[in-house]
Amino acid sequence: MSMHAFITGAYDTQIGELPESSCMGLHTQAAFGAIRDAGLEPGDIDGVLCAYSFTEPHLMLGSVFCEYAGIHPTFCSAIQAGGASACIMIMQAAALVASGQCQHVLVVTGDNRLTGMSRDGAVAALSEVGHPQFERPFGISVPASYALVAQRYMHEFGVTSEHLAAIAVEHRRHAGRHPKAHKRDPITIDDVLQSREICSPLHLLDCCLISDGGAALVVSSRAAAGTSQHRGIEILGAGQGHTHEHIVAAPSLTDFGCKASSAHAFAAAGVKPADIDVALIYDSFTITLLVELESIGFFERGEAGPAALRGELGLDGSLPCNTHGGLLSYGHSGAAGGMFHAVEAVHQLRGQAQQRQLDNARLAFVHGDGGILSAHCSLVFGAI
Amino acid sequence: MEKPAFRPTADNRPFWDGCQQQTIRYQLCQNCNTVQLIPRSVCTHCHSRELAWHDARGVGIVLSHTTVYRAPTPAFKGDTPYVIALIDMQEGFRLMVNVRNGPDSNLAIGDKVRIRFEARPEGLLPIAEKEPA
Repeated sequence: MSMHAFITGAYDTQIGELPESSCMGLHTQAAFGAIRDAGLEPGDIDGVLCAYSFTEPHLMLGSVFCEYAGIHPTFCSAIQAGGASACIMIMQAAALVASGQCQHVLVVTGDNRLTGMSRDGAVAALSEVGHPQFERPFGISVPASYALVAQRYMHEFGVTSEHLAAIAVEHRRHAGRHPKAHKRDPITIDDVLQSREICSPLHLLDCCLISDGGAALVVSSRAAAGTSQHRGIEILGAGQGHTHEHIVAAPSLTDFGCKASSAHAFAAAGVKPADIDVALIYDSFTITLLVELESIGFFERGEAGPAALRGELGLDGSLPCNTHGGLLSYGHSGAAGGMFHAVEAVHQLRGQAQQRQLDNARLAFVHGDGGILSAHCSLVFGAI
Repeated sequence: MEKPAFRPTADNRPFWDGCQQQTIRYQLCQNCNTVQLIPRSVCTHCHSRELAWHDARGVGIVLSHTTVYRAPTPAFKGDTPYVIALIDMQEGFRLMVNVRNGPDSNLAIGDKVRIRFEARPEGLLPIAEKEPA
């Protein structure tokens, strides 16, 4: 089945510690990069979707961006769904072009979280997603919430700290092949296990980075995509799943909305997990990815950890996953974190992934999760 | 910097009032008997607004736990390492709480705990204490 939506432009900025960057500057760099990549002019963009910012927060980030960049679309809005934002923006952009409301929708994200607010500032700001009465008074943080999931998941399915560490190690190996990645020095399982404890059982190297960076896509209608200069990328399927926001109110600590979101996306695309050539899945923590790999159906329960240890998530594995290095090693800049996954999917499907390029990658699965495995959005992209 | 105060809303004031009397309260839907995981103004199952408050026995089982070494804000830094646990209460609702004696409590999933109370500037806050085996 077709969603009648095509990705014609993709771009990500430099990432890491960028002291000269600003949130809107990164947005603009990513946006114009994606527009150029699509072979378009800014005036061709008739739809704009932004997400959110920590360093330049505003009630109307879409309008702030359009004012800053000098873009005057006929549709403009901002979407806030934490780590699911990028995928949800793409799904929304697809609906806008499929319905005929827009021809070319720019989805753009970016933040200078590392140099714009300090690591402590970012951690403190993120902890405010905790429930004001039933979580925050007890000193909750995002890592602590994921640690609660990890502890339970390990208890039920025999997952070990080595399994989680193997995921971090593979991501660093991937990042080593990407010239832009924030962290490229190889790490070992011992490095992960001996890194500082953050919230048991999670160590520092089980946690994503905090980076400055931006990323954007252009999503175009079938008619408008016809003029694209690149190999066409079609959005074949999309789906969402929502079960809770706060971990204290989660119906389960082992089953999450990724099961429903991915089932919708696979059904819409008419494919199954085994058909996927490359997976780009939200990896805010090692446990995040492990839970999602098993819930989505890429591996049986309890099998993703041993698979990671065997190298199955590597370039030569059965499911090359996060070939850019993911949030764990490529970088994480707020909503742009999830957009990096989508940009990498486009690069793999177009054959532009250089040293990371997979042979004959035709189908990509992209997944974002926001909150504490709360809001999920899954996408299937196909090379035409 | 202060720890975040619990600042009750209309939805959960009876819970916090209960805590000040050292009682844990929960909501039961009078229409479909669903226990609400945390307080609210509408039943998550049947969407009835007929939610009645009940006193709980104050005991539950550890669903999960973590020891926090990296505090979210400076206000919690002095408490590290501290334990956060999710407790499935006997009546079917859930609490997130800290645990008395922190990592020394050697808390494990499945342990039985009793809810006690600890003083904060704004009033009493629930805290779990591991029950002797």
